Amino acid sequence: MKILVCISNVPDTTTKVKFVDSLRKLDTQGIQWVINPWDELSLTRALELKDDPLNQVQSVTVAHVGLVGAEPTIRKALAIGADDAIRINAEPTDAYFVAAQLARVIQENSYNLILCGIESSDYNGSMVGGMVAEFCEYPSISSVSAVKIENGQFIFTREIDGGKEVVTIPAPVVAIIQKGIAKEPRIAAMRGIMMARSKPLKVVEPSVAEPLTEIVAFELPKPRAACKFVDPENPAQLINLLQNEAKII
Amino acid sequence: MSVLIFVENWDGKFKKLSFELVSYGSKLAEMLGKEVIVLSIGKVDNSELEKLGKFGANRIISAFNDSINCFDSRLFTSIIAGFAKQEGAEVVILSNNNTGKAIAPRLSVNLKAGLGAGVGKLPTGISPFVVYKKVFSGNAFANLTIKSAIKVLTLAQNSFVLIETENSATILEVNVPIDQTMMQNRVIEVNKQSGKILLTDADIVVSGGRGMKSGDNWTPLLEIAELLGAATACSRPVSDEGWRPHEEHTGQTGKIIAPNLYFAIGISGATQHLAGVSSSKYIVAINTDKDAPIFSAAQYGIVGDAGKVLPKIVEALRQQKGK
Repeated sequence: MKILVCISNVPDTTTKVKFVDSLRKLDTQGIQWVINPWDELSLTRALELKDDPLNQVQSVTVAHVGLVGAEPTIRKALAIGADDAIRINAEPTDAYFVAAQLARVIQENSYNLILCGIESSDYNGSMVGGMVAEFCEYPSISSVSAVKIENGQFIFTREIDGGKEVVTIPAPVVAIIQKGIAKEPRIAAMRGIMMARSKPLKVVEPSVAEPLTEIVAFELPKPRAACKFVDPENPAQLINLLQNEAKII
Repeated sequence: MSVLIFVENWDGKFKKLSFELVSYGSKLAEMLGKEVIVLSIGKVDNSELEKLGKFGANRIISAFNDSINCFDSRLFTSIIAGFAKQEGAEVVILSNNNTGKAIAPRLSVNLKAGLGAGVGKLPTGISPFVVYKKVFSGNAFANLTIKSAIKVLTLAQNSFVLIETENSATILEVNVPIDQTMMQNRVIEVNKQSGKILLTDADIVVSGGRGMKSGDNWTPLLEIAELLGAATACSRPVSDEGWRPHEEHTGQTGKIIAPNLYFAIGISGATQHLAGVSSSKYIVAINTDKDAPIFSAAQYGIVGDAGKVLPKIVEALRQQKGK
């Protein structure tokens, strides 16, 4: 059994984003790059599955579409415990392009389970996982909050409105992962960091795919009006404001 | 040529978000000069389907097949793509909820259609086709051009007003043939709470953070929610501590919500939390620290301890409601 985890390289989630080039490009100066939080949780769960010999997981591979600058993030995934990595050497222009590249790698290497985070914390698209599945003509399951293997079969828990659904899907399958999949992201230990340096990181050139979307300009949020403070001894005033000023209750 | 809107149903019923989708799609169709077709999959009564017409649908296609026994994103994609091709859809619109997020990317590849996810407004331009969406978890917005001939959009919940029209739509029932190989999901178990207001659907949300001090202190917060007909939520440390279930976690890695009114009680307002709630129309913050970042996001604030302030709010609400 082989697992692939697709990872995206994103600005640390506490970054104050700024733009340059007349608001057309992200100002990358001073940005700390990290593994997208949902991808990191997916990787953690994949490694947990591998830890249990009953699951018979032979390898956990990470794949990333990006230029050489993303390699520290890929090495971090290897340090956390992935066995090997594949970097598709291209600027990740849009989700469609990225998914097309990942799909090719998946079809060439045939994994049983492909994990993708439900969104990336930069462009918040919730796109790549589903797109990869459609390119590969694989089944997919989204909003997955738990995955286990029983008798060689994948059992997923997915969130539905007002509850949960437990589903089995035959391999190969793409699971699109949300919160709950693992308690905490696994942290790289010193030994892992040492070992990561010699783990295989294969670089492959992209195939031809045309991006379908393009960001033409960014905008920063408008500052909100100042907060109106209410006397803590007299919250009735708050209710009054919500009712008569905001007219919201 | 048309605008095709996919609406899901919940046990044969539609919700506010279904009508938001149709309202949005109708306005967009007006900009493009196209027909509005709404596609529903699964058994829905005509009386329920007719409601979609009121929000501007010209035609409603009610597709069903008795062998569809669960939601399978691949199968639903193939059905929607089939109708999109048949009807010459130029834009396909879905909700940005769990179901929409599962289908839209697949549909994008199937139709080779660029996807604009989580849009909240009508496109700012038609030619080129430019949509406006949140990026960096709400810390910025982007104008995104979709260059393909067909476009797929997912609409953020509670972001578009309902627009009623004088319209009435024709309903066409279609027993849709399906490819069994596309249906590989097997549901083993469903665990669903009924009767509870869904966090993502709620107009008002009452949310507690670390400032609540313990999971045992939730009673007045729940009472406020009850009095306001609100859903309850929490910040990440609260769900990590197990004071409240994970499903209630709002924030960057939890649920992204956009209610009309959000109460942030004992929540400092870290970037990651604001990422999940910054689209709320009004935010009320209650926090002991007057410098907490939540007050910069809030319209109304109380500097005080939740344990002392909440019972007084309960009291004031009871008086207001005459209870």
